[in-house]
Amino acid sequence: MPIEQATLNEQQVDRILTEEMVAEIRSLFERYPTRQAVTLPALHIVNDRLRHVPLSAVVEIAELLELAPAEVQDTLTFYGFFKQEGPHGRTRAWVCRSISCALRGGEDVLAHMCESADVRPGGTTPDGRLTLESAECLGACDFAPCMLAGGKLYKNLDSAQADSILKELTGEDEHIDV
Amino acid sequence: MSTLTFEPVLLANIHRESSYTLRVYREAGGYAALAKAIKELSPSQVGDIVRESNLRGRGGAGFPTGLKWTFLPKDHEGPVYFCLNADESEPGTFNNRILMEEDPHQVIEGTILSCYATGAATAYIYLRYEYPRSLERLQQAIDECYAANLLGRNILGGDYSLDIYLHRGAAAYICGEETGLIESLEGKRAWPRIKPPFPAVEGVFGKPTVVNNVETAACVTHIIARGAEWFRTMGTPANPDNPRDAGSYGPKLYCLSGHVERPGCYEAPLGISVQELIDEFGGGIWKGLRGKAAIPGGISMGILSVDEFDCPLDFSGPGKYGCLGLGTAAVVVLDETVSMVDFLHNSCRFFAHESCGQCTPCREGTAWSLRMLERIRRGRGRLQDLELLLEIGDSIGIMPGTTICGLADGAAWPIKNAIRKFRDEFEDYIRTTNPSGYMVTEPVAALDVIGVH
Repeated sequence: MPIEQATLNEQQVDRILTEEMVAEIRSLFERYPTRQAVTLPALHIVNDRLRHVPLSAVVEIAELLELAPAEVQDTLTFYGFFKQEGPHGRTRAWVCRSISCALRGGEDVLAHMCESADVRPGGTTPDGRLTLESAECLGACDFAPCMLAGGKLYKNLDSAQADSILKELTGEDEHIDV
Repeated sequence: MSTLTFEPVLLANIHRESSYTLRVYREAGGYAALAKAIKELSPSQVGDIVRESNLRGRGGAGFPTGLKWTFLPKDHEGPVYFCLNADESEPGTFNNRILMEEDPHQVIEGTILSCYATGAATAYIYLRYEYPRSLERLQQAIDECYAANLLGRNILGGDYSLDIYLHRGAAAYICGEETGLIESLEGKRAWPRIKPPFPAVEGVFGKPTVVNNVETAACVTHIIARGAEWFRTMGTPANPDNPRDAGSYGPKLYCLSGHVERPGCYEAPLGISVQELIDEFGGGIWKGLRGKAAIPGGISMGILSVDEFDCPLDFSGPGKYGCLGLGTAAVVVLDETVSMVDFLHNSCRFFAHESCGQCTPCREGTAWSLRMLERIRRGRGRLQDLELLLEIGDSIGIMPGTTICGLADGAAWPIKNAIRKFRDEFEDYIRTTNPSGYMVTEPVAALDVIGVH
């Protein structure tokens, strides 16, 4: 097989971004006068589906946005939000630790949940169902202490509620997306 | 105007069923201000009305909104961009979330009016990641607007056209700083820019740009609907003896949280005191306890002791009590059981986590202060640490002139206020928990920092 053909096939096999992701990223180009402005939206599009943004995806995003991979990587690493080494859990949960929640027991809730799930803050359960993280102010101080998980805000938490939410998030039956 | 007779303006509709839909918003008179502006007012007239209202930005800095708009270059060939700062992330603050979730059209109408006044044909709403419901409600509202000719080409049959796009952040506090927001929107790390040039001259994509807060935009809606004079009937008038005081006019959304019976977002004329807010809206300190301290306007603003609760929450009030300013008007109440060491540790941890790392005094100063608070909290503190903390507090920020943006000033103020207003408590804590080492002055080893990632 000629070398170019082998490379092409390899690329087709190994591409991380699906056609759907590429189409969604391209559809945003008309919104901004520069392609670089699509960096953060593109990272979200990939992260929403893969639950992380591996370096190979960064290279493909850079190609689409006509940037050096290092430019996309530079932006990605600024935000602690995007994981690269591997996917976060099926559900990603953020327990607020900022002042309004801390005053009403937020840190105890996080500690309790970490103990129950047997993970350290930032860690993922061995079955890959849940990543448990601390967050700075979630902007729901009227419901302190609170947690954001799977796109849903959990309000006025205590340890008992935290246990039942853990059960819900790590349960077998229900599929919960990020 | 008494808070008892005050009728909410910004929160007037949030309790209606389906308050977030175009139908309900229109039933309550929504988009009448826009229709009036498009038919009867020129863009510069809209700008004049906002300037005459003396509206000051609600995002934290309190800069007069109409004046900010006049900094755009005249007769610029364009494009001019408008950014709605919806990256609300200041600890204790959630009023923008409530506006976007429950009454997004009020925010969009104000955004369209602001864009009309400033000549922007494209607006970006930079929304923090942590607000998924705001994302959903804003997108639905924008879609409804396009379908109803309130956005897009030739709005309401006039000559004006505007597109609004939602842009989602990625959980970084610094993106709320307007030039950090601009950098982030451009797809770069959110490192704030040195000013000048100000965004009005050279903002996003190198073009003239206005960045306004969500609540500011909501105020614009009502100012155009009811007039500049109406807006100035509320709040604290400018001090006639101080030509630099722009006054504190209009309604304000106060966020009340922490140790009160009824945390929540409450609307009152600017100038309500901390004590009034706690008593009239918050149902008092929780559990029958006594208050000890309160953050006046988001954690960056510093802290008031309980004997300072008469502090008026207007743009010049908190400054008279040694705080940084009104900030986001987010009041967080601490009851008598709270340790100020714990409070300051929480504050230092926040800023160490959120410093963007661009300016060394902020990056290192916030990390050092957290390490010292960790050590103090774990019984290894020295009295000398209080001097070192104050030295950090006095030397990081825009005010001492060592950093590009105000994040470090916000990190410094809780340190300076807490130690200076509660010095005895810090000293007692250090003496009691470290009886053999509190007088040590030689360098000591740092402890591992817990809970920082």
